[in-house]
Amino acid sequence: MAGGTPACPHAALGGQFAQIDFTRPLIFSYCTDPETLAGFSWLSCYLTTGKHMAFYSSFGTVLLLLAITAPVALGFGFAGAAAARSHVFPLNWMGRIYIAIVRGVPDIAFFLFFVIALDQGFEWLRHKVKCPDWDQPIRQGSDFVVCDIAKLPLGNAAQWVHETYGFLLAVLTFAIVFGAFAANVMYGAMRAVPHAQLETAAAYGMSPRQTFWRILVPQMWVYALPGLSNLWMVLIKATPLLFLLGVEDIVYWARELGGTKTARFTDYPHGDWRMWYFLALLVFYLGFTKLSEVVLGRLMSRLTHGQATAGGEAQRKAAA
Amino acid sequence: MSCWDTIADYALRSVGVGERLLPRSDFTICQQVVLIGSGMIWNVYFGVLALVSGFFLATALAMGKFSASPLLRKPAEWFIFLFRGSPLFIQFFFAYFLFLSLKQVAPVFTPFTSAWLGALVVLFLNTAAYSAEIFYGALLSVPKGETEAADAYGLSGWSRFRRVIWPTMLRLAWPAYTNEAIFLFHATTLVYLSGFPAFQQRGDALYYASYFADKTFNPFVPYPILAGYFILLTLVLIAVFGLINRRLNRHLPVARRARMRIRPNLIR
Repeated sequence: MAGGTPACPHAALGGQFAQIDFTRPLIFSYCTDPETLAGFSWLSCYLTTGKHMAFYSSFGTVLLLLAITAPVALGFGFAGAAAARSHVFPLNWMGRIYIAIVRGVPDIAFFLFFVIALDQGFEWLRHKVKCPDWDQPIRQGSDFVVCDIAKLPLGNAAQWVHETYGFLLAVLTFAIVFGAFAANVMYGAMRAVPHAQLETAAAYGMSPRQTFWRILVPQMWVYALPGLSNLWMVLIKATPLLFLLGVEDIVYWARELGGTKTARFTDYPHGDWRMWYFLALLVFYLGFTKLSEVVLGRLMSRLTHGQATAGGEAQRKAAA
Repeated sequence: MSCWDTIADYALRSVGVGERLLPRSDFTICQQVVLIGSGMIWNVYFGVLALVSGFFLATALAMGKFSASPLLRKPAEWFIFLFRGSPLFIQFFFAYFLFLSLKQVAPVFTPFTSAWLGALVVLFLNTAAYSAEIFYGALLSVPKGETEAADAYGLSGWSRFRRVIWPTMLRLAWPAYTNEAIFLFHATTLVYLSGFPAFQQRGDALYYASYFADKTFNPFVPYPILAGYFILLTLVLIAVFGLINRRLNRHLPVARRARMRIRPNLIR
């Protein structure tokens, strides 16, 4: 993707997909001649055009991003927190830096930075492996030049490969940034586990590794859950940033579909409806947040049940 | 061209003073530092004004949510849920297109379609909602003894709020509110990436940083510069809020004072 041209990555990605074929079978038979329609039937035809179907499936893109990013970020976070606790110097240092990057700097800057940096990093690595006898510098003025077979994806790759690569890059970026958040939460949770537990484990003759896996990790989740559920809410609210990473997500389609359409280019001309499309997105996010709140609330009350914490105590008192 | 010339040309570029054209080739470090720093003017502008104005609405909203009457409580709860439950990015887009539509109806709304006012309104409402939730949490933990003491002294209504409840609420909320302030400043970077256009390429720090990253295809220079500016801004904020925190806690013995802790966990 990072070719020689210093073009804006959004434009480069966005422009590639203009050729999608939208001539698919009509959902309603009366939609063949939109000009004769009015009122509800016009709206039902308008909302089932091929482009609208692409809009609806982009909600799937958002859900897919959440489904992939959440576990990967959890893994990154766990690794980061474990590294920050390590007694080995460079590991400890790396973990702490990883956690510290979320402090002080706007997250959006990280999103914009990582998506280019990762792309160039991958191409640079492939370049080093595949073209070892290349003698020109990679950075030539404002260009980033690698040999042809090191390009990612290859110049002649199919459309969907470009699309998938862009999406995976976005997922990785999300996972790195949210992994740092999760590492912060889990590092706190690991420190919240009572120290006596770890001392007891050491007294029983467990090695540090055994103490970590058998004593610390099983107990930390209760402490980590409030922070992690907060993080899930934050992750939901960060999904529109996919748009900035050049993926065709709901924001892209809302802008695309809502803009003024004249009768020359479409069967369904209308004015500037972007406000209504973004209102729909707002409602979608509010609904999703509410649903998550309810589900996480139930999960929390189930996990605190019978625990020797303030929450568990409150539950016991309420029942009595 | 020396670095002093660059400063003269671009230090106030983001507010429209100085050289009109942005650099197009042969980018120097100096140009990047100066232009991104110039963009910080907008980040500070949005952050400070939204924070100061949002503070008052947040206090009102927190009192509303704390109130026993559902007529006051429900609207406050809904307002807070609306702005905390949806992404700021979508709020910016929606507000921009809303103002565009309103402009067709009434020309009064013309200034709202430009970032300096429209985005400020969104940030003001957004930070009010987040701060209101913090203040509400603090109101809940105002010690019962203090309100009882106020009653015993014959204070009621406004004077009880102004002299007893409000100072304690602020004192309890301050560490979390500092956090909110920091993330509000970070959120100002979203303004020019959402709907609001950067008139004559007058944008904020991230606008110029991404301009350089796009032109040079090298993210490793502009983004660290941006990060440096924001770390500086964060340190200044922590210092200022720390001073206020000291003043709010000045009547307490040192050991009981709330410590400032920065806990970063917010993207809006």
